[in-house]
Amino acid sequence: MIDFLQMIISGIAVGSSYALMALGMVLIYKASEVPNFVQGEMALLPVFIAYMIIHSYGQSVFAAFFGALAFAMLLGCLLEFIVVRRAKNPNILGLIIITIGLEMVLLGFVSWKFGADQRVMPFPISSYSSVMFGGVYISILDLLTLVAALVIMTGLFFFFRFSKLGVAMKATQQNETAARLMGIRTNRVKMITWGISATVGTVAGLLLAPVFMEPYMMWDPMLKGFAAAVIGGMTSLPGAVFGAYIVGIVEHLFGGYVSMEYKAVVAFAVIVLVLCVKPSGLFARHYVKKV
Amino acid sequence: MGAMLEIKNIETYYDLIYAIRGVSLTVAEGNITAILGNNGAGKTTILRTVMGLIEDQPDKGTIGFMGRRIDGLDTEKIVRLGISLVPEGREVFEELSVRENLMMGAYTRRDKNGVIRDLERVFAYFPILADRVGQWAGTLSGGEQQMLAIGRALMSRPKLLFLDEPSLGLSPILVKEIFEIIKKINQEGVTILLVEQNAKKALEVSDDALILENGRFVMKGKSRDLIEDENVKEFYMGVRSRESAKGYQRWKRKKVWR
Repeated sequence: MIDFLQMIISGIAVGSSYALMALGMVLIYKASEVPNFVQGEMALLPVFIAYMIIHSYGQSVFAAFFGALAFAMLLGCLLEFIVVRRAKNPNILGLIIITIGLEMVLLGFVSWKFGADQRVMPFPISSYSSVMFGGVYISILDLLTLVAALVIMTGLFFFFRFSKLGVAMKATQQNETAARLMGIRTNRVKMITWGISATVGTVAGLLLAPVFMEPYMMWDPMLKGFAAAVIGGMTSLPGAVFGAYIVGIVEHLFGGYVSMEYKAVVAFAVIVLVLCVKPSGLFARHYVKKV
Repeated sequence: MGAMLEIKNIETYYDLIYAIRGVSLTVAEGNITAILGNNGAGKTTILRTVMGLIEDQPDKGTIGFMGRRIDGLDTEKIVRLGISLVPEGREVFEELSVRENLMMGAYTRRDKNGVIRDLERVFAYFPILADRVGQWAGTLSGGEQQMLAIGRALMSRPKLLFLDEPSLGLSPILVKEIFEIIKKINQEGVTILLVEQNAKKALEVSDDALILENGRFVMKGKSRDLIEDENVKEFYMGVRSRESAKGYQRWKRKKVWR
């Protein structure tokens, strides 16, 4: 029983970082209608920037993290402004290729600039220290990831519910022409969406970095986040979070009870299963337009 | 009163389709001006061109609004100058609540108290919206969505309001109600350019009217004159003017303006 609980808890912990990646992907999917394969690398570069700030400039961890988040915002906006927006009347395939291309460019840049060797981000909390709740161990870093994910989710909820910009983002996603007729600068709104998405992803990256850091570190969380987003229906923020926790928990249970070797592929088995049962994803709302 | 909107000889292409073939039009301040025409005549295209929604158009001609050229400006800027369009087919934000839809109408405004006053004003025009305020706009009926679309456009406090087929798909009673409110909005100081297929209603409510065919205006005048015109009656209001007494010879009226 303790084992089972332990696996659930670990699943939730790892699910939190998947959730952040999934949220980022869903945000961009809703704004630009593209599965964003550069999501991981949009987080990767800021993480290495944070590393650079700590090592080369001797700043504190918090200054570095703050700098990384600001840089992520800028990076997301720039990618949209310089590359994605330039595609005139793009089709979905073209956009996917664009994001994959950007992914390779950023990955290559990081490998070239920082090298491919593994390292660890200096962090005040050791990745080995943990607390125990009634027989279940949970590492403090995991706990922090969970808290960060929850804070960001609530933040996003309030942002989309109550802020003018948040509602304008939803309006732009639902009907771009009408949004322009309201005087909303839809291009700017999309750009900011990319920025927010990159920032959310970077939080996940920064919390993974104290465990290990190398140029391919975001690849796995990105794919798992993508899986989670698909399970949730690609357009639903709560769906993405739910999907992420499902992926995290199922992965750990599978790893614990069935096979550790195939743990990594189980997320994709879950996708196949969900898509067979409910092809639109668990949370997608397909709105029927009234005439 | 002077001309608020002055369109001079605009031509618009949709890719290779020559949709607007040289159209000039002035909308006098404080009036309701109506554009009538059949399907595909280009009515909606004129409005979309003025709003800057068709990229790189108008191909030729100029558009002036309150003494300022607005052709080639971005839609967002044109809206900020004080023109608001109620698009054809309502185009409300379906997964936003009624209140959020209305607040999006006031997106460009900074004066919070004014916005709240205008929200009250919209609810006074359309009391049904006040009952539905928390509901998703997509769950409203067609008529309610049309009211919401008009209310949303009013929230930006426009000087000039474009209405694109406000009667589309509504029951006769609702059409009557909508047109009464259009009249009321106009009396409270908003200049209106109305595009309609429902010629009778549009001519009753408007001051000036123009008739559009195949991308050109074919007739223009005071609405009260046009409503008496034989051609307009026959082709746009479905009044059959001449029928053979014996019933075997039926004369089709020639459109004299061509």
